[in-house]
This record gives sequence, C-alpha cells and structure tokens, in this order.
Amino acid sequence: MATKGKVVGIIANLVIVEADGPVSQNEICFIKMPGVDLMAEVIKIIGKKAYTQVFESTRGLKVGTDAEFMSHMLEVTLGPGILSRNYDGLQNDLDKMKGVFLKRGDYTAPLNDDAEWEFTQIAKVGDKVEAGSWLGEVLEGWMPHKIMVPFKFEGNFTVKSIVANGTYKTKDVVAVVTDESGKDHEVTMMQKWPVKVPIKAYNNKPRPFKIMETGVRTMDTLNPLAEGGTGFIPGPFGAGKTVLQHAVSQQAEADMIIVTACGERANEVVEIFTEFPELVDPRTGRKLMERTTIICNTSNMPVAAREASVYTGMTIAEYYRAMGLKVLLLADSTSRWAQALREMSNRMEELPGPDAFPMDLPAIISNFYARAGFVYLNQMKADGKEAESGSITFLGTVSPAGGNLKEPVTESTKKAARCFYALNQDRADSKRYPAIDPIDSYSKYLEYPEIQEYLKKTIAEDWVSNVTLVKDYLLKGKEASEQINILGDDGVPIDYHLKYWKAEVIDFVFLQQDAFDDIDKSTSLERQKFMLAQVLAVYNTDFKFDSFEEVNPYFKSIINTFKQMNYSEYESEKFNGYLKEIETKINERKAV
Amino acid sequence: METTAFQKIYTKITQITKATCSLKATGIGYEEIATVNGRLAQVVKIQGDDVTLQIFSGTEGIPTNAEVIFMGKAPSLKVGEELAGRFFNAYGYPIDGGPAVEGKEVEIGGPSVNPVRRKQPSDIIPTGIAGIDLNNTLVTGQKIPFFADPDQPFNQVMAEVALRAKADKIILGGMGLSNDDYLFFKNVFDNAGALDRIISFINTTEDPPVERLLVPDMALTTAEYFAHEKNEKVLVLLTDMTLYADALSIVSNRMDQIPSKDSMPGSLYSDLAKIYEKAVQFPEGGSITIIAVTTLSGGDITHAIPDNTGYITEGQLFLRRDTDIGKVIIDPFRSLSRLKQLVIGKQTREDHPQVMNAAIRIFADAANAKTKLENGFDLNDYDERTLKFAKGYSNDLLAIDVNVDIDAMLDTGWRLFGENFEKAELGIKDELVKKYWPKK
Ligand SMILES: Nc1ncnc2c1ncn2[C@@H]1O[C@H](COP(=O)(O)OP(=O)(O)O)[C@@H](O)[C@H]1O
Ligand SMILES: [Mg+2]
Repeated sequence: MATKGKVVGIIANLVIVEADGPVSQNEICFIKMPGVDLMAEVIKIIGKKAYTQVFESTRGLKVGTDAEFMSHMLEVTLGPGILSRNYDGLQNDLDKMKGVFLKRGDYTAPLNDDAEWEFTQIAKVGDKVEAGSWLGEVLEGWMPHKIMVPFKFEGNFTVKSIVANGTYKTKDVVAVVTDESGKDHEVTMMQKWPVKVPIKAYNNKPRPFKIMETGVRTMDTLNPLAEGGTGFIPGPFGAGKTVLQHAVSQQAEADMIIVTACGERANEVVEIFTEFPELVDPRTGRKLMERTTIICNTSNMPVAAREASVYTGMTIAEYYRAMGLKVLLLADSTSRWAQALREMSNRMEELPGPDAFPMDLPAIISNFYARAGFVYLNQMKADGKEAESGSITFLGTVSPAGGNLKEPVTESTKKAARCFYALNQDRADSKRYPAIDPIDSYSKYLEYPEIQEYLKKTIAEDWVSNVTLVKDYLLKGKEASEQINILGDDGVPIDYHLKYWKAEVIDFVFLQQDAFDDIDKSTSLERQKFMLAQVLAVYNTDFKFDSFEEVNPYFKSIINTFKQMNYSEYESEKFNGYLKEIETKINERKAV
Repeated sequence: METTAFQKIYTKITQITKATCSLKATGIGYEEIATVNGRLAQVVKIQGDDVTLQIFSGTEGIPTNAEVIFMGKAPSLKVGEELAGRFFNAYGYPIDGGPAVEGKEVEIGGPSVNPVRRKQPSDIIPTGIAGIDLNNTLVTGQKIPFFADPDQPFNQVMAEVALRAKADKIILGGMGLSNDDYLFFKNVFDNAGALDRIISFINTTEDPPVERLLVPDMALTTAEYFAHEKNEKVLVLLTDMTLYADALSIVSNRMDQIPSKDSMPGSLYSDLAKIYEKAVQFPEGGSITIIAVTTLSGGDITHAIPDNTGYITEGQLFLRRDTDIGKVIIDPFRSLSRLKQLVIGKQTREDHPQVMNAAIRIFADAANAKTKLENGFDLNDYDERTLKFAKGYSNDLLAIDVNVDIDAMLDTGWRLFGENFEKAELGIKDELVKKYWPKK
C-alpha cells in the first residue's frame, strides 16, 4: 500500500507532510489540492514528518490537505522522441501544454505513446545482454536511436525473443529477455530512470583524449575542451556567458546538444526556439534543432524545479551517450541551481556554509560534473573486437555574486571542472569579445599527454609548443603594457611597444571573434591553424621603427587588414587579397 | 474592506513581531490575505494551526485581541478598461478621489507565460537618445533598469523615454517615491496630454515601506490584462526597485531569515526575476516592456541589488556625470542592451553594429589616455585624437539631452571618425567604410 499523508506545515514551497507509513529520501509525493495535484520531492525526514520541496506555487494550499507518496524518486522517461523537444525542468513537454500561461499541476507526457517507429533488430535471440545492451534501433529523425535493455535491469540476461523489423509504438514490447533465474522480462522502447542517480551502464571511463571543436578560436586553440571533458564559464553579468554558450551550441562538433536553461531569462530560450529550427549545422546540412533538446526552467519558473532541470539534462545526456553518441550538455547557469539549494536550505533552517549556501555544495557540484566523460560501452562493435564508445562533454556557466570569483559556487566548480574560461569585465567593457581572459583561463587537458599526442597528430607537430608560445607572448604583452603605463611611452625602449602591439595583434585577430558575424562566428580548426601561423609570423618578424610614435598606427593598420580577413570566406579571393596586403605591409617595415 | 456573514473573526493573537503576528486558525490557505484591525496582511507561514501573517503597514499598535478576518483569497485586483487614467495606492485602492474600479477580479502575482508561447522580441523602441538608440537599443518586450546614483535625473529620463515610446498604456509603479517625484510624473504626463494612457500604483515615502512589495505585482497584473487580453503595447515603469528590495530585506530580517550578501534575503534573485520576467512579447502583438530604476550607492554595481538585477534584466542603462562636458551621459561601458542585436543593422542601417563598436573601442582608448595623463605622462598623437573624439562623442551622442533619429546618430559617428582618424584605425569592414566615410 502506498504511503499517504497530510500537510501539516507550509513555508513558501517547503511543505511538511505527516506520513502514515514508510517514506524515503528524495521520494516523490503528490499534494492533492482540490482540482490539482502538486508534485513535490522529499528532502528531509524527521520522525513521521517528511519535509518536501514543492515544484509549484503553494498559493492557497491548506493544512490537512492529503498527500500521496509515489515510492519512486524523481524520474525521467527515456525513449525515442526526446530529440528536438522543449521540456521544462521536470521533463514536461512545454508544447503540449494548453494556454499561454503555465498552469500549476499541468504535467504533460515527455514522449508520445502513439508515435510509430521503424524498428530494426540489432540483437538476436540467444544473445547475452545486460543493462544498456543494444537490442535494436529506430530512426529518431535522422538519428539512429538505440533501444536498450533498461538501465534498471541488474545482472545478465539472454534474449528470449525480439520482434521482427517493422513499425511499433513506443510502449509496444519489442523484446523479452530472461534473467539468470529463468524469469522473463519484457522490454519496450520506453524506460524510466531516477535523475539523481548516475547511469553506470558502461564498461570503463578513460581520460579524455580528443578535443571537442567549438569553432571559438580562443577556446579551441588556447584552451581546448576535451570530448568527454568538463569546463565552466564564470563571469559577471553581461560579460558574455550566454552568447558564448549559444555559439558553442550552434557550432560544436557533437551529435546531440542538450541545452539546459537553468534559472535564466526566458527570452534567451525563445531565441533558441526561434533560431534553431532555421539555422543550419554546416557539418551535416541539417537544421540545428534536429540535434538539439532544450530543458528549460527559466528564472520565473518554480525554483525547486531548477535543481531538477540540470539533473534531467544530465540523465538524458547519459541515455544518449549509452547509444554511442557524442553528447554536449550545456547548463546556463549552474549558480541558479546552487541558489535554489540555498533557498531551500535556509527555509529548513539548516546551519549555513559560506555565503549561506548549504555546507555540502562542493560535493553536490563535483558529483554532478563527475557524470560527464568519455566511456567505452559494454556494447561491442559489429566486428565483436572493439567496444562502442560515447561521451558527454559538459560546459556550465557560473554567475558569481558581484563578479567576485572568490565565492562558493565558483570555487567549488573550479575544483570539479577541468577547463576554466574566466570572462573578464574589462574585456567585455571594451567590447573585446569573447571576453575570455587569455591569461587567467586554462584547460587542464592541454597538459594531458593523450591530448598533446592527439593535437600533434591531427593538427601539427609543433601545435602544442606554438600554443604555449602564444600564451607567453600574451603575457609579455600584458607586462609591457604595464611597464608603459608606469614609465610612460617614451620612458621605455621601443621594444616594449613592439611587444605590446604584437600581443594586441594576437588579441584582435585571433582571440576576438564576432559572435554575430556570419563568417567570423565560427572558425574551423584548419582556418584556426592558418590564422595562428599568420599572427605568429607577424610576431616573429623583426621590425624596424625609428620612434614609438610609428608603432601604433602601423599595427593598427595590420590589425585592420587582418580583421577584414576574418570577415571574409576562408581562402576566397578577398581573403587572399588581404593576405597579400599584409605581406606587403610586413615587408615595408622588416628590419634587414 | 467589507466582511461577509460566513467569515470567521479571530480575536486571539498569540505572537507579535515587528512585521508579523501569529494566531491559531484552521482552514487557511497559503498566501491568503486577511485584515488585522483593518490592516491588510498576508499568510506567510502555516504550521499546524499556527498561522503567521505579515502585516503590510507594520504591527505598531496591534493589540493581542485585534480582529483578524481572513479573505479566503490571494491579493487581487479588479481589471478593466476603466483602469486607464487612474491613480491607486499599493493595495489598488483609488487615491485620485475617483470611484472604485469595476471589472474582472484577478489574483496578482499570477503564473508565468509558457516560454514556448512567447514571441522573440523584434520591435525597436526609438527614444531619440543616442546613448540608448545607438549603443543600447531598446526593443518591445524587454526589461531593463537605469542604474543611477540617487542624485541623477533618472525619473526625468525615464518619463521622457516613456512618452517617446509610443506605448498604448504606460503603467507607473512608484515605490518609495517622494511626493515631489510623484507630482513630477503626474505633471509631465498631464502636459503631454497622456494622462488617459497612464495607470499608476503609488507608494510614496510617506507610506509604510512593506506595502511597496505589492506595487510591482499590481502594475504587472494590470499590464498583463492590457497586453494579453487587449493586445496592447504596454510600458511599465518601476521606480525605485532598490527601495523594493530594501522592503524585502526588512521583511526577511524581521522573520529571522538567514541573510545572504548585503543583508539581502537568499531568495532575492528569484524574487526580482518573478517581477522582471513578466516582460514579454506575445505573438498576437501585445507586449509588456519594463523600464525600471535601480539606485546605486556610490556607483557600486557589485552590491547585491544591482548585481542580482543585472543578472536578470536584459541589460542596464548606466547614468553617469561626465565632468569633461558637464552633462549626464549614458555610460557606454557599463550600459548594455542584450536585445539590441535583434534589431541593429536589421531594422536600422547596416553600419549600426560596427559604428557602435568602433566608437566604444575608441572611447575606451580615450579613457586609457586620460589615465596616462593623470599619471603625469605625455600623450602621443593617437591619444590626443582619442581625447578629442571622446569629447565630441560624449557631447554629441552620449549626453541624455540628445534627441535625433538613428541615421543622424550614425552620421554623427562617421563625422567624428572622419575628423579624428584614418580609415585603417577603425577596424570597420571595408565595404562600410567605402560607403559611409564622410566626404571632405
Ligand atoms: N562574442 C560576442 N560578440 C559580440 N557581442 C557579444 C559577444 N559576447 C557578448 N556580447 C554582448 O554582450 C551581451 C551580454 O552577453 P551575455 O552572453 O548575455 O552575458 P552574460 O550571459 O554573461 O550575462 C550580449 O547581449 C552582446 O551584446
Ligand atoms: Mg547569461
């Protein structure tokens, strides 16, 4: 018998329910207001009292209202039909909701039970299978969507039967598998999984060894994100976190993108709703929406569901990873999730940690980031020799209070994420976008021998050493600029001006990138390699200047021509024309 | 408020704090309103049969045997066309001597728009002020505050923007407004012959501060009525949101909640977001645009109030006195309109984005040159030219007294470029330079 209860206390969305039976931590319960059921999650239990966070407004709720415990945790529904969908943080399909305004208690099905899918067998009768093994596949849009042995199945199974290739509905039984004790289990195309529990149906998780191309020069070249890696973008408001994430979501070389809008602006999600169905992924020619799923819990949507939204996103990512796909998960902003935790913790009058955040915030964040990664699956490739693989690359933003990076969310995330893309207010103020600070930011992956090998092999033998050089040059430029500021233009040797301006060339031409220019917004690795060589050539040229007064106009004009190149199609006539112009300019000033 | 027969009257208050009182009562809904000796109150906590009420006007003088009457509903407002031209207090009661408004009763602070039912904002709001139109273009459905020190003329600029915005309705939500400012708004709107388009909810400095908490919800519920049901373009002015946030902190402090940064409640972000996110563009043409004021203390935008605001709103307009020209300008560094890229270069001339960015970059160079000068160094030729440019730019474009159309702003930009720089110093696309560089 399901446990029931009655509401005994209400403080905003913290509702205390007295239960008449066993209750478990994180169990879902429904509070039965007249005409609407409010979904809630148990977050603390004292004696018979279950403290629940309600995922909705509690306006009008009365003490004595009935509640019913569901004996499961917060779950998502997994199956074909998730791709291209717009969900809220609890995986309700937003498009299925009626009316302009969100109605509380309006829970809509994440999948369409009536949808028909073309099923093709992968496994055969008699095959040994386990959780995550591929039984068959259906085409979800363009994507081969694997139908797997449900993740909840523990142990080893044998395929007893599998349906013939043909058309089936989401809830049709497509296979029967037998467990070791001889018991049969039916498998449909749909399964459920609790969002706070990582899906571990894979063989092993090696260190990331490839990079994930994003088309953003200052990321890919200077501080690359690894496929299966993690990164985060902290920055004050207006510094460019969202624009950067949107750029990555449009250009990254991934099979599937999950965008989690967590506690941020509705209009930013509307931008994706509006533009992604129109924008084309240059790699595949398909519309961006065809590879995207949006989880959206904007800042005005119920606070408790904000936390759920990032877990919902991660669990869906894990599901697609198990199909052997390269998934990129974006979350904007993870600070809002931390703030949601803080609001609840304060309502429960828990002993607060720094800045009133809960004490276990660092652990919560690092457990979450740990769910990303490149994995080898238990599923073997058709040849039976190699394992299939999949990955989740995770990139989150952090919104530090007052722009101060010494605050709990930033500090906790810094421990968990391997790439740090610090957005700098001064760069943003002077419109040097993307405002990623080239000196403070880092990618730990650049130190991985596996990644270094990969870069040498796929880009160039001297790539890694060149990248290190560029970083040195930028630092030298910064030092030179500080010296000039202290000693004055004529108080330093001309060489300082050169160091400063050569670094400015790298900054303006390579680091800065116009996210709103059709051509400049995305740069292929090949073009990045080419452009890096050009700016390094400028850097390594010995110039001759008679006075510091000549330095500034000269480099301004070099930068100007390079910028024209950035706005031109790669290797086009125009592009090559500007290249010639630069060569001429360099030769004019070369020391002999 | 009148009482009806079936309403139960309680007269035994068990606890009184500065902002709240508690009593034993049953069958009470969360967020329900009540009156305590005639003062409006709202349920903020229920534990068993202990009900805690927040009294908006404060608990001064409330006796333990005060009469408590529960209304069985959340705070609400009657909406209808008749609201137009009227002035109300924070509770929605008329303060202009006119009759109470008849209409449909709706709860304030209602649900959010489903994000998939929104339309992407795309209609530019020209204001004539170049610091806005050129650098921080506004769009209908946007939410944006002025960040300004208390001594700056933010209410004047806001009133001006409101009148030029061609909105169907302007809703003024005044929080802690001084009586003089209240009369100022009334006069400006009256002189412009716009009073019949204005609806005001006013809490002045003479009213209890906690009452302010109702003002944004009153204003926005009204806005939703006109924008959603009547498909009108509604502009909501909220001034001063810092005083609103202060009221939030008073309440949370009196309820013994753990404060986070700057003594603000930990829920400040969510509280402010619930208000600002009411800004919306509906597909049917109606829209709610919110222009707010967040006063700063000594220009500090890292304080929790402006900081949380900046994270929520779609940009901010930062007012600053430029001592070089002796005028208030809209600071191009700290100001931002996040929706400008939806319209600039599309609904405005193609050179708009690049002219805007190039000018701001030079203005940044000028700021560096100024620092150099202050540190006692000689300026080079380029520095000198940036300073000259900066002065013209400030005076002819950034100053809040500018009132021209956007093409004229762009032409002024090119003129200033041409007067001070070589083409190659700008980093603007060649095609544009060729087309717009001023002929000598
Ligand atoms: N790469 C970029 N290119 C051009 N403009 C940018 C870029 N990044 C940010 N911006 C500008 O800065 C504004 C704020 O960026 P956004 O990503 O929304 O900031 P955040 O999310 O950090 O608050 C944008 O609306 C845009 O005008
Ligand atoms: Mg953002």
